[in-house]
Amino acid sequence: MINAWWIIGGVLFVLLNTAAGLIWLERRMLALWQDRYGPNRAGPFGLFIVLADTLKLFFKEDWIPPFADKVVFVFAPAVVVASVLMSFVIVPFAPNIVVADLNIGILFFLAMSSLGVYSIVLGGWASNNKYALLGAMRGASQMISYEVFMGLALMGVVVLSGSFNLQQIVEAQRTVWFIVPQLLGFLIFMVAGIAETHRLPFDIPEAESELVAGFHSEYSGMKFGMFFIGEYLGVTLISAMVVTLYFGGWLGPAFLPPVVWFAIKTFAFISLFILLRASMPRPRYDQLMEYGWKVLFPLSLLNLWVTAAIKLWLISK
Amino acid sequence: MFSLLRSMWLVFLHMFHKRDTYQYPEQKAPLPARWRGRIALTRDPDGEERCVGCYLCAAACPVDCISLQATEDEHGRRYPEFFRINFSRCIFCGFCEEACPTYAIQLLPDFEMAEYNRQNLVYEKHDLLIPGQGKYPGYNYYKVAGLAIKNKDKGEAEQEEPPVDIKSLLP
Repeated sequence: MINAWWIIGGVLFVLLNTAAGLIWLERRMLALWQDRYGPNRAGPFGLFIVLADTLKLFFKEDWIPPFADKVVFVFAPAVVVASVLMSFVIVPFAPNIVVADLNIGILFFLAMSSLGVYSIVLGGWASNNKYALLGAMRGASQMISYEVFMGLALMGVVVLSGSFNLQQIVEAQRTVWFIVPQLLGFLIFMVAGIAETHRLPFDIPEAESELVAGFHSEYSGMKFGMFFIGEYLGVTLISAMVVTLYFGGWLGPAFLPPVVWFAIKTFAFISLFILLRASMPRPRYDQLMEYGWKVLFPLSLLNLWVTAAIKLWLISK
Repeated sequence: MFSLLRSMWLVFLHMFHKRDTYQYPEQKAPLPARWRGRIALTRDPDGEERCVGCYLCAAACPVDCISLQATEDEHGRRYPEFFRINFSRCIFCGFCEEACPTYAIQLLPDFEMAEYNRQNLVYEKHDLLIPGQGKYPGYNYYKVAGLAIKNKDKGEAEQEEPPVDIKSLLP
């Protein structure tokens, strides 16, 4: 067993660098899919664009509007990063490389991702600005609605593996990955995950065409950077969760170490997130809510019901 | 649902397409001849200034970035004493070019005008005046205008009738 502090430090280091690196990756990938080159001037392959962006964020005027609620305004962006980083506590990167091997891992993940709503609502409210508040309201309702069946979709995996512990869930996928028996659950979880990180095409709370920039209209400098990094961390988290729950986590042929398999799979899903951004039209807000409550919510219930029924039938045989 | 997956796949295929980017500083974009870029004052085929200081460009300018002062040489030929364009205001609309009766002021296909100091964007006459004729070669305003200048009296211009003697009764 590796010392827990090494794991915590390593996870933090890797995650924060991944989130920063995603700035470059996203711009580069989007460029690829739009027949452009993307950043290619600063350093090799434009990699130093991350450094330049970070420097810019640090040196930009960090302005707090005089009409804002200062304490909450400063606090809000920290919540998103903290809550997402806390969720990573339960993600098993490889056998025994996990910060906290909780028996209620999935519940902890759901709890932490619900906390993320606070950062949006508080950020939008503390800005004391109608656009920001409207963006925050949209964000909150979207995240809460999609949270509901995100949890329900996960329950299919829990029923199949018989555990909330993510390590045991991965172990339960030795024979067959849960993407096969839980295809519907995977699709619902994926959609809910995109909505949860409010990434395109579900970036409704930002809605720069209608609401200036939504809940972070008034944010600048590194406070805006925190929202930015929080979004990328969220993307990484959802990708990691999808991989753990449906794509066999660290499992893979033995010629590569388990961590590498986990990283490869997660990277594939991060790329998928960016591809979604490059190719999807954005739904209208009412369409988004309708789709969530009238289509995905019943579907996730049905998925859970059928999975549970089959599982019971298999046990009783 | 299928169309969404299809569009994702098609976007993914763009990964292997040819890039459309011009790698700008090394590789210049081809600009059409009518591109409205930097403004220049051109000269006629004899190498003289085309501008006659009529103020029409300054009047047509929607942002009032052109200022000039007309003056005359000893042969009655008009030219601008100074001609100043403030490019920090200019919107490159090309109205000055439209208004110019002598093809003197012209917008050239050149956009590389960035400056570190805002004051450097105010172009004086010696910055604006170019030796060539720009987009309208061969046009010489004083050769077709019925104006007496050096080496050309009234009635000697191209396609011009000799002046009518209004004091005479003869046809």
